Amino acid sequence: MISLTSPVETWAHRVPAGVKLAALSLATAGLFALQSPVALALALAGVAGLMLTGGLTFARAAARELKILLPFLLLIAVWHGVTGQIEAGMAVALRLLSALALANFVTMTTRLSDMVAVAALLLSPFRRLGLSTRALELSVALVVRFTPSIARKGGLLAEAWRARSARRTGWQIVMPLAATALDDAEHVAEALRARGGLETTQPTD
Amino acid sequence: MERNLALIALFAALIAALGMVPKFTLAFGVPITAQSMGVMLCGTVLGARRGALAVLLFLALVALGLPLLAGGRGGLGAFATPSVGFLIGFPVAAFVTGLIVERWRASLAAVAAVASIVGGVFVLYAFGVVGMSVMLDKSIPQSALLVTAFIPGDVIKAILAGLITAGLAKSRPSSVLSRG
Repeated sequence: MISLTSPVETWAHRVPAGVKLAALSLATAGLFALQSPVALALALAGVAGLMLTGGLTFARAAARELKILLPFLLLIAVWHGVTGQIEAGMAVALRLLSALALANFVTMTTRLSDMVAVAALLLSPFRRLGLSTRALELSVALVVRFTPSIARKGGLLAEAWRARSARRTGWQIVMPLAATALDDAEHVAEALRARGGLETTQPTD
Repeated sequence: MERNLALIALFAALIAALGMVPKFTLAFGVPITAQSMGVMLCGTVLGARRGALAVLLFLALVALGLPLLAGGRGGLGAFATPSVGFLIGFPVAAFVTGLIVERWRASLAAVAAVASIVGGVFVLYAFGVVGMSVMLDKSIPQSALLVTAFIPGDVIKAILAGLITAGLAKSRPSSVLSRG
C-alpha cells in the first residue's frame, strides 16, 4: 500500500518525527488563538514559504492536497458575503488553509515507520499497565495486509454485478464483502492460534 | 483473544476497503461511499467494545499516514478539516450502535437499523456538528444547518446496515458477536 509520504526528499524528512509532531501541535494551537485576518494571512504566507523550501514539485503536491477545502471555502465565501462579516470569514478561511497545509506537511515529510515509532513511544507507558503492544503491532500489520485484499474482492464483486445486471452496482455487494472479512478473520485467528497465539511465552533454555 | 484481534483488524480493513471499492448507487441515483456504513457494521456485527476498537484502529492508521479514507485521503491533514468531528465521532458511534444491538433483543434487522440510526446519525452528527462549529467558527445551530442535507443519505445507509447485519447473522451466525 502506498503511504502519503512525499517521494521528493526535503530537509524536513530528516527532522525527527516527534519534533515535527510537537511543532505541529503548537502551531495549530497558535492558529486557533489568532483572530486577526492580517496575522492569519502572515501565518499562511509563512506556511507557503515552508512548503516552497521543499522545492516546486513538493509545493505543488502540497497545494493539490488543499483542494478538499474548496467546498468549505465556497460556503464561507457565500455565508460571510451574505452576512457582511468579511473579516471573520477571511480569518476562518486562512486558518483552515494554514492548519491543513501544516498537518499535511508533517505527513508528507515523515516516513510511516518513523510515525509508528513515535506512536510506540507514546504508548510505552501503557505497556507497564498491561497493554499488549504486541497485539497492537500485529493488528496494524493485519490491517495493512488485508485492506488491499478485501478491496480487491470488493472490485471483483462489483465486476460480477456488472456482468449480470444492466443497473449500476448496488449496496448488495457489501453483505458478501463483510462475510468475506468475517471468514478471513476466522482463518487468521485459527492460523494465529496454530502458531502459538498471542501469549508470548518465555523461551525455556 | 486471537479471534477478537483478528475480527477487529479485519473489520478495520473492511472500513478501509469500503472507501476504495467503486462508489455504488442507491435506487434513486444518489452515489454514496460505504465507509460510514462500515462504521455502523462494526457496531452491529462486532458489538460495542470490539466495534469501537476496530474503528479506533482504522483511525490510528489514517493518522499515521495511510490513505485509507474514502477518496484516498489520510494523514494528519484528515484531522485538520472541518469534518474532523465526524472522524472523532466514528468510534463513539460504533460503540453506541453496538451497545444497543447487544442489549435490545428484538428482530436483528430492525434493531440493527435503529441502532445504526442512533449511533451512526444522532451520535455521529453531534460530534460532527461540534467539530464544524469549532473549525468554521459558527454557532452550533448554524453548523447543524450545514450538515442536515447529509442526514437522509446516512439514514438510508443505517437501514441497509440493518439488512446486511441480518443477512450476516443468517449466513455466518457464529461470527456475529454482538448477539453472541
